[in-house]
Amino acid sequence: MNYIWAIMAIGGIIYAMINGTMDEVNKAIFKSADDAVVLAISLISVMVFWLGITKIAEAAGLLKGLVRLAKPFIARLFPDIPKDHPAMGYILSNLTANFFGLGNAATPMGIKAMEEMKKLSGSPKASRSMITFLAINTSSLTLIPTTVLAVRMKYDSQAPTEIVSATLLASIISFIGAILIDRLFYEIRRRKERHL
Amino acid sequence: MTLLTTASIWIIPCLILVVLTIATAKRLPTYELFVDGGKEGISLAISILPFLLGMLVSIAILRASGALDAIIGLITPFLSFIGMPADIVPLALVRPISGTAALGMTTELIATHGPDSFIGRLASVLQGSTDTTFYVLTVYFGAVGIRKMGDALKVGLLADVIGIMASIIVVTIIFGA
Repeated sequence: MNYIWAIMAIGGIIYAMINGTMDEVNKAIFKSADDAVVLAISLISVMVFWLGITKIAEAAGLLKGLVRLAKPFIARLFPDIPKDHPAMGYILSNLTANFFGLGNAATPMGIKAMEEMKKLSGSPKASRSMITFLAINTSSLTLIPTTVLAVRMKYDSQAPTEIVSATLLASIISFIGAILIDRLFYEIRRRKERHL
Repeated sequence: MTLLTTASIWIIPCLILVVLTIATAKRLPTYELFVDGGKEGISLAISILPFLLGMLVSIAILRASGALDAIIGLITPFLSFIGMPADIVPLALVRPISGTAALGMTTELIATHGPDSFIGRLASVLQGSTDTTFYVLTVYFGAVGIRKMGDALKVGLLADVIGIMASIIVVTIIFGA
């Protein structure tokens, strides 16, 4: 990540030197820094709200109920997490929220899941379950792609929702793909460790 | 259509209703729990800020300099040679890096080609079925202070490649080219 981060900036600045776009770059630096602050601040409302609701749901035993429902499936995906660990509850709420297009509810729950997984691994490095969790998350399994539907409606689509099934199908494929790739990389890591 | 829109409007209030009803029936101190849980949200959002800012600035430099467009210009002929619709290549390349840029491109594609054209549908499916991998990794790892991401980026980006290919194939099969 260090390399990618630095190379994006270095590459951009050198390109700007050659192509005379330094003015744009200079503006973009502070504009994007501003954007990041606005984004992080706007996350506060979402985080406070959903973490508050989650806390109630947790105390009411709703997260445990959710885990019990999806246990056979989820336990296989995360063999490193003990079955009754709170991380499971958060992972499931995150996936459920994502599935129903509640992106802003998914993020706080996902972060709680990451916290629990960090407690489990006790290491500053990404653990196996974290990588699996994020691989699943980036494949974006969604029933209702709200943003896209809004754009399609804005441009007078005859059938804005006709893409829902196609989107679901494509994200199921990428979901399965993500899990397989994650497993593959895990096996490669394990082999490497054995040879050391 | 109306069913889905209604569902997406009803879902959050109903969820709150269910949680609060059950918690109240169990005689839990709902308000105290809410405030207690929510408190963490402030520090979490603030702790993500440096990660988010660093990432957004670096991506902004790459975009504003024109280097990102130049890279896309270089790769496009190759990708359209192996069968990817040329119009969609920039979107596919930007999708994992920048959410706002990708949404802009999707909107642009839908506006120029029409939402019910092949490109319009493909852009819609692509936008909906993939996520901004960089953002997801930045926020989640940032929030728990993990700097060594291991294979996470590689796995995430490869999953995006699969998602992009799946979108193209699925849209071609369902709607025809």
